[in-house]
Amino acid sequence: MSFMQVTESLTAGFLENCKLFTLTLLMALPLGLLVAAGSMTRFRPIRWLSRMFVWVIRSTPLMLQLFVVLYAPGLLFGTPMKSRMTAALLAFVINYAAYFSEIYRGGIEGIPQGQYEAGQVLGLTRMQIFWKIIFMQVIKRILPPMSNEVLTLVKDTSLARVIAISELLMSAERFAGKGLIWPLFFTGIYFLLFCGGLTLLFSYIEKKLDYYKG
Amino acid sequence: MSILEVKNINKTFGKTEVLKGIDFTIQKGEVLVILGSSGSGKTTLLRSLNFLETPEQGQIYLNDSLLADFADSAKMSDEQIREKRLHFGLVFQSFHLFPQYSVLENLTLAMKIHRDAKRKNKDILAQIDAEAMMLLDRVGLAEKRDAYPFQLSGGQQQRVAIARALALKPDILCFDEPTSALDPELTGEVLKVIRELKDSETTMIIVTHEMHFARHVADKILFMADGVVEEEGTAEQIFESPQSEKLKNFLSKIYD
Ligand SMILES: Nc1ncnc2c1ncn2[C@@H]1O[C@H](COP(=O)(O)OP(=O)(O)OP(=O)(O)O)[C@@H](O)[C@H]1O
Ligand SMILES: [Mg+2]
Repeated sequence: MSFMQVTESLTAGFLENCKLFTLTLLMALPLGLLVAAGSMTRFRPIRWLSRMFVWVIRSTPLMLQLFVVLYAPGLLFGTPMKSRMTAALLAFVINYAAYFSEIYRGGIEGIPQGQYEAGQVLGLTRMQIFWKIIFMQVIKRILPPMSNEVLTLVKDTSLARVIAISELLMSAERFAGKGLIWPLFFTGIYFLLFCGGLTLLFSYIEKKLDYYKG
Repeated sequence: MSILEVKNINKTFGKTEVLKGIDFTIQKGEVLVILGSSGSGKTTLLRSLNFLETPEQGQIYLNDSLLADFADSAKMSDEQIREKRLHFGLVFQSFHLFPQYSVLENLTLAMKIHRDAKRKNKDILAQIDAEAMMLLDRVGLAEKRDAYPFQLSGGQQQRVAIARALALKPDILCFDEPTSALDPELTGEVLKVIRELKDSETTMIIVTHEMHFARHVADKILFMADGVVEEEGTAEQIFESPQSEKLKNFLSKIYD
């Protein structure tokens, strides 16, 4: 087994991780904001539902959620999941939206009431206040916990192997089965580089938002 | 004709009656100072005028026509409330500037939203910037236009907050203890700005604990105690010949 062949196979696996990572982020980030809004609304049934959702998702293993999303539609409703990737993506989006929503909620609740009232006395609507005044301050506050969660997501994408998605670790494991140990270590390089890049990106954004305090 | 007439404002929080039938009037260009000990309801009154609190009862008349009747405030839509509150401006004790925006942007944010909506018309935007610069000049902070709030002293921040409130040309500008959060050496610059506003005939309602200032700037003083207007009069009447025991008490504590 040549180095090239291993690299090719691992890279193909890693692309699955990347795909899952990117699509999860793209969907879970806005969805999390929606869930956060739900868990803070004055309308009780919605608030109760949102908090329930967050509680259930955060209190059960992601692995279990992967199995449920993959099998439940087929076994319960007779409409099996079209693809394993779709199932994985759905489970990840749901899971991460719940975690993100709590980060958003913490950030939003940390903004002083005075910021809203200053906007109100200037005659702005709730939406204008949120998007023009509050949101940017929230972003700055939640950047550190967000970057943690995003790095966790990178590593969590490997869990997709439990529903037979040929991601990076699964590819490496196949080589291990054939008596080749080094590809397993090699996967670490992929994660290190990817997470390193993300860390740089986050500190760049943090610096960008460093022009003001408060 | 009075620019503002407030009738029978009642506000309770839970079971606490905080305002128990407040009445007063102001003429255009007048300065009304509100005095009163802690918890007497001064902040609640200003917040009610700015529609940040909803009293259970009471009316606000602006230029002799009814602006709001709180008895049926349930019928007021959010949009109506936004329109009504634009007649008032409010300067908070702790400024509440928007930290992520520059001084100039703090002033222009709402102006641009109200006057330009989403059209991004260059002429209108330039006009708004020019108006905001004039206001900054008025509060003596033109050279700070590009600074961010955290780079300013408390006194400067409060002057920006005053300019921001003026930017929307309210009929009546309210101040809630504008110098209470400031170091003593910084109160002067803020009070000076307010005195200049009086000279340019700005109608103002000022809650303050600065007695010396109150005395000199007030055309009329309301003394509040336990949610009612206990005594009302000119600065001279209030300070030289207080009638009620509560007011005498209040003044003697302050001059101790
Ligand atoms: N949101 C609220 N919920 C419950 N009680 C409140 C609320 N806001 C004010 N109060 C109560 O209403 C009363 C009047 O408060 P207010 O802030 O209007 O007084 P104040 O005259 O401005 O006092 P200070 O001089 O300390 O600023 C107080 O007893 C206060 O505890
Ligand atoms: Mg107060």
